[in-house]
Amino acid sequence: MSLDTTVETAEPVLHPKMQGDKVSVFYSGKQALFDVSLRIGANQVTSLIGPSGCGKSTFLRSLNRMNDTIDGCRVAGKITLDDEDIYDPDIDVVELRARVGMVFQKPNPFPKSIYENVAYGPRIHGIARGRAELDEIVHSSLRRAGLWNEVKDRLAEPGTGLSGGQQQRLCIARAIATRPEVLLMDEPCSALDPIATAVIEELIDELRENFTIVIVTHSMQQAARVSQKTAFFHLGKLIEEGRTEDIFTNPRNKQTQDYITGRIG
Amino acid sequence: MATLNEHIVSSYEDELTTLARMISEMGGMVEEEIIRSADALVKLDHDEAKAIRAADKRVDEMQQRINDMAVSIIARRQPMAADLRMVVTSIQVANDLERTGDMAKQLAKRALQIETLGLAPKFYNGVKHMTQLVAGQLKAALDAYAARDSAAAVEVCKRDDEVDALHTSLFRELLTYMMEDPRNITQCTHLLFCTKSLERVGDHATNIAEAAYYLETGRHLSADDSARAKR
Repeated sequence: MSLDTTVETAEPVLHPKMQGDKVSVFYSGKQALFDVSLRIGANQVTSLIGPSGCGKSTFLRSLNRMNDTIDGCRVAGKITLDDEDIYDPDIDVVELRARVGMVFQKPNPFPKSIYENVAYGPRIHGIARGRAELDEIVHSSLRRAGLWNEVKDRLAEPGTGLSGGQQQRLCIARAIATRPEVLLMDEPCSALDPIATAVIEELIDELRENFTIVIVTHSMQQAARVSQKTAFFHLGKLIEEGRTEDIFTNPRNKQTQDYITGRIG
Repeated sequence: MATLNEHIVSSYEDELTTLARMISEMGGMVEEEIIRSADALVKLDHDEAKAIRAADKRVDEMQQRINDMAVSIIARRQPMAADLRMVVTSIQVANDLERTGDMAKQLAKRALQIETLGLAPKFYNGVKHMTQLVAGQLKAALDAYAARDSAAAVEVCKRDDEVDALHTSLFRELLTYMMEDPRNITQCTHLLFCTKSLERVGDHATNIAEAAYYLETGRHLSADDSARAKR
């Protein structure tokens, strides 16, 4: 078995929502991701784990073409959303990012009111017809993000005045307000305390009913808790992917084993 | 599975090593207890039998220490993969060893209850032989566990049939002695209970071997067996 070419895979995802096929990413000619093929199942949480610089965030960012915003970044291979090539020249990137939303590591609410933070996306994408509908989207998004009860009486106050955990849930509400199909989360809890983290994890589990979620996390316990599928990256390569349960109790690859058990690789 | 590298956190590595060492130590204590109690039974050595019953307390304490350590590692280190299997199986193995210690205590108790001056060799030869067999099984199972050797573990499980066969044959033999002369009934009944205890020791050895198999492979031996049978 050659470590360079073989990726350990469990049973394949039958109906992938998104699929990466031999995805390579280059930053100014330097290759950061090597031939990654990964299927992302619908209504599942897929977690991407691996040491810093392993390419997990790079892969995540290529799923909604966030990498396009980086100068000198080039993506090779194919990524599909519902079998449609998202790097096709005919694809409207703004529309793509509405379908594949993103939540970042550090909560980054707009310097606007709580209401406006959530209403912004639906308004620019023309999702809401009229004020009543927009109100309804804002309310339901905040409710789904588990924030409604805490902010319903102060929707006009600035989003930046909320606590860290609340701000992150506001960002999640903002991300789901455009009714995306896929939600990408780049270490959404790394700046949060354990209680706020638990609230977000509970939320992720609930959101799974309606969204497909891909999460990058440095906390292996978090990956084990929230995801159904786990993919382990190392040095820009996908080393092993499979059922989260299997990855954390009985990984097949030694590199995976060394990483998740905290050994020197 | 290739040999594991050391943990980055050396105190974690030390704790896992200590846990493995405690299992080996407890295993050694129980092995010795079984052999000594069978010996006390054969010789009807009441002093030795009393000493064994007292020594079993140490085995029970050891089990508690292993459980406490395992719980503490789970709480503080959140072990994963092979480490998790090691910690979880250590609780199982310690439990089987504690039960095995109880069986040794049972043998010692029988030795105290047989009030004749001595046992006829034809009565105890079978028990001696069975003790050797199950003590060998226990040692092989513990070695397989310590070495994470699934092939050796499979061998132990296969050999349990020999223990069962010997148990059945001893049962018939002791029954024959009882029918020959009713004065043998008391001794032979005590010995029948002893063979039953030894047979259980064999079962615990099999459990430990199954834990060794799971520790190395992450799969259950029984599931793998039935998968093989289907092929």
